[in-house]
Amino acid sequence: MTDRVIEVVGVEKAYRFFRLGSVSLELEAGQIMGFVGPNGAGKSTLMRILMGMIRYDRGAVRVLGHPIPEEQASAKRDVGFVSEDMRLHGNVTLAWYMKFVASIYPGWDAAYADVLLRRFNLHADQDIKALSHGERVKAMLLLVLARRPRLLLLDEPTTGLDPVARHEILTELMAVVEDERRAILFSSHNTQDVEQISDQITFIDRGRIIDSSDKETFIDRWRRLHLDVPSGVTLPSLQDVVETKTSGHIAVVITKAYSPAIESIYQRAGAQVREVQRMTLEEIFVANVMSNRREAER
Amino acid sequence: MHSDLVISQADRRPMYLQIMEQVRRRIAVGDWAPGHEIPSIRALAAAVQVSVITVKRAYLELERAGIIVTRQGKGSFVAESADLRTRLQHGELDEHLSSAIEVGRQLGLSPTHVEKRLRELWDQKAPDDAGKKENER
Repeated sequence: MTDRVIEVVGVEKAYRFFRLGSVSLELEAGQIMGFVGPNGAGKSTLMRILMGMIRYDRGAVRVLGHPIPEEQASAKRDVGFVSEDMRLHGNVTLAWYMKFVASIYPGWDAAYADVLLRRFNLHADQDIKALSHGERVKAMLLLVLARRPRLLLLDEPTTGLDPVARHEILTELMAVVEDERRAILFSSHNTQDVEQISDQITFIDRGRIIDSSDKETFIDRWRRLHLDVPSGVTLPSLQDVVETKTSGHIAVVITKAYSPAIESIYQRAGAQVREVQRMTLEEIFVANVMSNRREAER
Repeated sequence: MHSDLVISQADRRPMYLQIMEQVRRRIAVGDWAPGHEIPSIRALAAAVQVSVITVKRAYLELERAGIIVTRQGKGSFVAESADLRTRLQHGELDEHLSSAIEVGRQLGLSPTHVEKRLRELWDQKAPDDAGKKENER
């Protein structure tokens, strides 16, 4: 028995104007995976496939060891799903929803729910209709967090939130993985949130996973090099260099597999390495997407 | 266990280096004595809201450097080594000197030149014998 909470192998799904796949993905217990991609890249589609809400054409999916969609009911007992377009409806209060969810899920932790009410600055007798966007997101998160599910699938949980609300949510997500049997997959285009709390990062663009690795590897390997290139010197073309911008006697190079050896190669070719910079996850993401698109269009 | 480590988004160094630096500081200033139990990886990650893998990496490198020890199932502790504080203080000094050496290299200066310059600056800052003795104690 592995402690893999998500296993996706070669999943494909074709729509009229969009094609997902083939997608393979793994997430182990105790980890947070950040799922990063532009709008329409396929993040929500994949999350819905994991929840058994969309049938896929090809491949295999397991969530908490259960094949999806066949055993989705068993899997979902221990999965909490929050998505942007989910709404809490009706002329009822948050307390009504809390009672409702508690009646379905035996794992409901009423004491933790009360703690979350305070931490998220929510009130149980608030009318759902009167909640602001941020409060609504926090209310939905409360309803899944208090069940203490093993796996959380969160589609854009921090989008459109103010910095304080984002901080409150990230704090709760980090508290979840203090328990190493639990895991979180969350999608976002806020790369700062992803960079801060993710152990694994997966980039998706146009229905394809273009890169997936642990965060430390990403942050370590991607570097920007500033070079002085004297007249008559031609920069050697290196395999892992994804972008080279030259202007006059200056070149800026982005590599996805930095090692000091790269510096010596450029130096031997006659260029001077002025500076080697680390990149933020956002810069890595954009460079990654752009280089993959150039590759695809070639 | 509560921890007061603070990770800065504006700091250009990667987060694992910031964590390492702050643990070293705690030890160097004597807040965390040899044998002191430090927060578990997951507890520290939750406290500073930084991914588990980042804290794990910081702890691994601190272990490799002999600054902390991790005992299976027991937790992580400050290494029981008599000269740990001195080593950390020297390490901090070495870091600054290394960047000075780097600048010296970029400017094309010889080691002797940099050494001489260091001596000159030292004498400027501590001009009298009394000051020197104070430093040597």
